Amino acid sequence: MGLENLKFTKEHEWVRVEDGIATIGVTDYAQKELGDIVYVELPSVGDSIAKGDACSNIESVKAVSDLYSQLSGEIVEINEGLEDTPENINQSPYDDGWIVKIKISKEEELNEMMDFEQYKLYLAGIEKE
Amino acid sequence: MSNELNILPELIFEISKEGKVGYSFRDIDISDDLIAIDKSKLREDIKDFPELSEVDVVRHYTNVSKLNHSVDSGFYPLGSCTMKYNPKINEKIASLKGLNTHPYSPTDCVQGNLEIIKELEKWLVNITGMHGFTLVPAAGAHGEFAGMMVIRKYLESKGDARKIVLIPDSAHGTNPASAHFAGYDIKEIPSNEDGVLDAKTVKEYLNEDVAALMMTNPNTLGIFEKNIMEIADLLHENGSLLYMDGANMNAFMGIVKPGDIGADVIHLNLHKTFSTPHGGGGPGSGPIGVTKELVQFLPVPLIIEGKDGYSVNYFNDAGIGRIKNFYGNFLVIVKALAYLMALGKENVSKVAEDAVLNANYIREKLKDVLDLPFKSKTLHEVIFSDKDLPVTTLDIAKRLLDYGIHPFTIYFPLIVHGAMMIEPTETESKETIDAFIDVMKKILDEAKKDPEYLKGAPYNTPVRRLDEVLAARKPVLKWINEENEG
Amino acid sequence: MQYFPLTDKQREEIKKEIGIKDIKELFSDIPQEKAWYSLDNLPNALPENELLKRFEDLGDKNTYSDYLSFLGGGAYNHFIPEVVNYLSNRSEFLTPYTPYQPEVSQGSLQAMFEYQTMMAMLTGMDFSNASLYDGGTAAIEGALLALRKSKKNKILVAENLHPEYMEIIYSYVQNLGIEVEQVRYNRETGKVELDELKDKLNSEIGGFVFQSPNYFGVIEESKEISDIVHSEKKAYSVQVVAEALSLPFLTPAGDNGVDIIVGEAQSFGLSLSFGGPYLGFIAAKKEFLRQMPGRLVGQTKDVDGKRGFVLTLSTREQHIKRENATSNICSNQAWCALRAGIHLSTLGKSGLSKISKLNHLNTAYFVKEIEKFDFVNVKYKKDFFNEVVLELKNDNGIEFLEKLKNRKIFAGIPLKWFYKDADNQVLINFTEMHNKADIDLLVKEIGDLK
Repeated sequence: MGLENLKFTKEHEWVRVEDGIATIGVTDYAQKELGDIVYVELPSVGDSIAKGDACSNIESVKAVSDLYSQLSGEIVEINEGLEDTPENINQSPYDDGWIVKIKISKEEELNEMMDFEQYKLYLAGIEKE
Repeated sequence: MSNELNILPELIFEISKEGKVGYSFRDIDISDDLIAIDKSKLREDIKDFPELSEVDVVRHYTNVSKLNHSVDSGFYPLGSCTMKYNPKINEKIASLKGLNTHPYSPTDCVQGNLEIIKELEKWLVNITGMHGFTLVPAAGAHGEFAGMMVIRKYLESKGDARKIVLIPDSAHGTNPASAHFAGYDIKEIPSNEDGVLDAKTVKEYLNEDVAALMMTNPNTLGIFEKNIMEIADLLHENGSLLYMDGANMNAFMGIVKPGDIGADVIHLNLHKTFSTPHGGGGPGSGPIGVTKELVQFLPVPLIIEGKDGYSVNYFNDAGIGRIKNFYGNFLVIVKALAYLMALGKENVSKVAEDAVLNANYIREKLKDVLDLPFKSKTLHEVIFSDKDLPVTTLDIAKRLLDYGIHPFTIYFPLIVHGAMMIEPTETESKETIDAFIDVMKKILDEAKKDPEYLKGAPYNTPVRRLDEVLAARKPVLKWINEENEG
Repeated sequence: MQYFPLTDKQREEIKKEIGIKDIKELFSDIPQEKAWYSLDNLPNALPENELLKRFEDLGDKNTYSDYLSFLGGGAYNHFIPEVVNYLSNRSEFLTPYTPYQPEVSQGSLQAMFEYQTMMAMLTGMDFSNASLYDGGTAAIEGALLALRKSKKNKILVAENLHPEYMEIIYSYVQNLGIEVEQVRYNRETGKVELDELKDKLNSEIGGFVFQSPNYFGVIEESKEISDIVHSEKKAYSVQVVAEALSLPFLTPAGDNGVDIIVGEAQSFGLSLSFGGPYLGFIAAKKEFLRQMPGRLVGQTKDVDGKRGFVLTLSTREQHIKRENATSNICSNQAWCALRAGIHLSTLGKSGLSKISKLNHLNTAYFVKEIEKFDFVNVKYKKDFFNEVVLELKNDNGIEFLEKLKNRKIFAGIPLKWFYKDADNQVLINFTEMHNKADIDLLVKEIGDLK
């Protein structure tokens, strides 16, 4: 999968846009930080969300993280497979571990995200700390 | 005990055999014709429910019990939990037939029980300097909830309940959860490099929306919040109140009264400071004490001492209302009172003295081999970190199990990396503590020589490290009879 | 003093070791002007034998045991096999903390897992938690669970819920922006007015909390109630049970379509104890798993593949989610749940059936015997379990009970305490601990009052 085509956020989420639909997941770095993921709480299809809303909840054994959407729009699909196999996020964060698909309502919000090269630099900065 | 040969008890359902009976009771002497319920509402069978003889039950639970470490079997320095010895006479007292009464008995027929409640209230008033107590809350968190409700009611009576409760970053999770259920938003407040709250910082956080500060004292680092009086003054000037979480009261019971140093509300844990057994997770009891201004807001029922004995006030419109059935966890109250009466006024402060002495002894003996993240004076417990160790805190904790010692509290408070929170209590002998110190040094030695071996610990326990990820991913919360499946 | 193992010599050794001369140096962070107070208002230490005597004397001040009691109302006097006391008092069960280190806590954890299983079987639900404080706090936790799942903030509650449970619900919700509306009970049947339930149900309602057997001892139409509640999307039926011994006698809540069942399980092996410690329980359909309050024990495997048990799904709880936790509960009633587990497995399938049936038949026997008097009347004659309301034609409840108290009988609870229109009603409970002679005596003494 070409990570070069993805957009990234500072919260370690990735976004892939096709025909106005954004598929969202968490990055490999994020899944490693979270540890073994045991449960993913998903929103309902049809929910509308605004930038900054929590649209999913990812749980490991001893921690919970919210997935904050950096895009506004409507949830058009959720990865129901994660209910039974949340470990897909650990094993395949960019493919089987996708979380939600959003029909974007404000395309300009994409411009605030990083591309792959920028995200790599961002990660390098974190690791230095 | 070799792990491979150690066979675990089966589940009680797996040893059940149809037709076995474990009890005796007289036969039914009234005809079924009198049944006054539609047949459709009656149950036919409790599928898969156990059927056992009395001896089966006794063997099962005896064998199951042996899988537990307990205070009576060995050292249990679980920080913040005050795992002190539970006196045996208190169990005998709690089982006295005369105390076993129905909660709705007419009050003139339960004067002894009401006196017990009132007596313990008096002891706690004298020890804490608070004006009044309720013994109703069932546990520490329940007391926190009641206490925050009282604060809210009081502020409402002044015209403004306010919105925010300040909670230090080192606080136990029940503090924010309890304040939330009392309708407050939480604002976290940082402690300083000495591990305590600065009055200056508190001042920065204060505004007209702040209802209260919840302070654990000594805090979860075992350090006394020495700025408490200054902080209390700041709060009071701002019209805010000071809630003191007394979970660590064992550190200064009899030394200083929270009511004398600015606390408006305090909760105590009878299952920690006052020696009642914790029973594997409860029942506890979490009385709250309040200042004179707040007494009228306490939950019902209130026990009133009058000329003609004790009476009960079941309704109090001014107060927060009822938060639990009846009078609280009464038998826990009985045991705590028995403990205090056995101690007597002359021994109350000795509890804290020996508890603090023991904790500081451990600190002194281990401070050269473990990192001490905060150098401030500590009271009843000491916190080390796993900084610069070849293994983690978890590995050390698990290895302690192999030596028959229950580990300290691990990974709490969250502000210390790999925290090891050690609370020996006053009921441990120097011999026990010396043995613990030796074992710790030995484990740290093992860690240097063969860290991989420690990562596999424990080796000598009934089961070894358990797969918590599996438990959470595929929850199995009850036994399923596989014979019925498929 | 026997609880302090340090000798004076050892105290000196430790002080020397840590480099202090006076113990007060360890407490120097404490405001010294306030420290080292005296406790002169309190008594001196009591030696063990005198301590026991003191409490025996306090017990003697309680005259409760001089009376024949028919008090119930959420606290019931039931038979407890001695093995329950014997086994639960083993210090391996009594003296550990919460099982934070599962490798050395399999005893507590296995017992909790077995308790959860038994409660799931008795209620017909998918799962049970490891305990809550008591029936009243379980009732509010059940209501909050329904509301979290429904994402609504309005709930209906049956008027004939235990009055203390009702008070607890109102106390808890007062600062949470939750609206509570009551659904009346039918004055003829004692049951929830179903038409009113239908009327009051709408899309804003997250659930309906009702008790069965209700406070008057009457078994509700749980199935019809659940069907009505489910006619609204995301609304859940929450059944409260104050007398857990009704569970083995009646069709399970799960079979009736109930979503959440909560209540008081004191009847499973806990003595009356002046009201505590008792045992709150909660069980539910599996869709409520992630919203459940309190501790859950789950099965797993160790590194060698052996079966073992751990506290699980703890991300719901306060130590991880803090103010966003499903409840603030931490310590629960674990030891009470242990007692319930031992009690239930000792009585077993046959014992539970027999004893619960005896409760009902004793009550039915009273209902039949009291019929011969025309100045008293059992108000709800059908579908009671082990409690009935007695209506008095020429007495008020409090005076009636006072007269019987003078005859050494606690004949029940005056409903006047809790209901404005029930001056002349009392609630009477019968358990297996009463025999025919006890009931005959009660009937005779009531008859003598005419």
